[in-house]
Amino acid sequence: MEHYLSLFIKSIFIENLALSFFLGMCTFLAVSKKIETALGLGIAVILVQMITVPANNIIYQFLLKDGALAWAGYPDVDLSFLGLISYIGVIAAMVQILEMAMDKFAPALYNALGIFLPLITVNCAILGGTLFMVERDYNLAESAVYGVGSGLGWAMAITAIAGIREKLKYSDVPDGLQGLGITFITAGLMALGFMAFSGIQL
Amino acid sequence: MANAIKSSVVDPLIDNNPITLQVLGVCSALAVTTNMTAALIMSIALTTVTAFSSAMISSIRNHIPSSIRIIVQMTIIASLVIIVDQLLKAYAYDASKQLSVFVGLIITNCIVLGRAEAFAMKNPPVLSFFDGIGNGLGYSLILMIVAFFRELLGSGKLFGHVVIPVANEGGWYMPNGLMLLPPSAFFVIGLIIWLVRSVKREQIESADYQIHQVHRTEVL
Repeated sequence: MEHYLSLFIKSIFIENLALSFFLGMCTFLAVSKKIETALGLGIAVILVQMITVPANNIIYQFLLKDGALAWAGYPDVDLSFLGLISYIGVIAAMVQILEMAMDKFAPALYNALGIFLPLITVNCAILGGTLFMVERDYNLAESAVYGVGSGLGWAMAITAIAGIREKLKYSDVPDGLQGLGITFITAGLMALGFMAFSGIQL
Repeated sequence: MANAIKSSVVDPLIDNNPITLQVLGVCSALAVTTNMTAALIMSIALTTVTAFSSAMISSIRNHIPSSIRIIVQMTIIASLVIIVDQLLKAYAYDASKQLSVFVGLIITNCIVLGRAEAFAMKNPPVLSFFDGIGNGLGYSLILMIVAFFRELLGSGKLFGHVVIPVANEGGWYMPNGLMLLPPSAFFVIGLIIWLVRSVKREQIESADYQIHQVHRTEVL
């Protein structure tokens, strides 16, 4: 239990996808002008991450890994080179299914999050989470915890920067830094703050 | 035709740079720039993938139904990235270990999909190919500049060769450790944007909220 708890904390703070691995930066910078939209996107990322990381873990463990097809009678087959295309396929399919399911069963949620879902297919935080899961060889339970934790960390980071940017628009920024430039500097300062967590040993 | 090709290669370098103006493909620009070798390999990989995916998508653009175009584009891009990934693993294993997940993440790099969607779907293959090259080079340019400053100031080296002898090896330069840490990449890119926009003033974004300038006469 302790192991999972420390993995959870680690994936939220110490190995924050947005601020220490720079994943999902395009959306992180482009969709962080308002807190509400940032929060909506954040929740959508948590949902998708929660489903896709364990789903890809199952595919990796039982189909793609070296020797994973032993259960089907092919112990020498190594399909790991097909990884990238399978993961992105799973992500695209999951996002589509989630969108349809939400439209049917939770229309209110769909209206709030619907516009962000297509964006998520091409969000590198999602694919990045899966690739880190494969690289670190997590098992199913670990990957579920990692999926939720990393999604939560990303959502927190984008909400925080949206909060800062809402205030920042009232400040007197030099012309050339207006907009994108000052957002980069702000994100850098936030990343610097998050560096403080890297001293924690779990 | 020659003019169109030239402008599609040259435009994205500064005037319409994918990173500093279009905010595309920022993730890897920040993550792989601690040394120039990694940045160079990443640049070559991305430029190749963008050029070929644009050319391929453009050549089948009239046959893709628009409702499933994203998934078709994704499949083409993912196949190209797998080829690049396997080539790197075969011929540059150390580099591919160092780039870790970021080669795979070229699939979701917004430059590749952005160019496929915005340019290749509307233009012929040859032009799309050069547009891909141009945008790849624009990305590479920023990547190399960031990596140059981070490696030089962070460890006193360029491409792994010692340029400034650092203090703990008997030299005079005290390396700036911050340059090797993630946040410095944000600062360097922020400063590059400032520099580019100071020269190219038409790229400056207008402020959301205009600060009211108070004149002396109004107060009195």
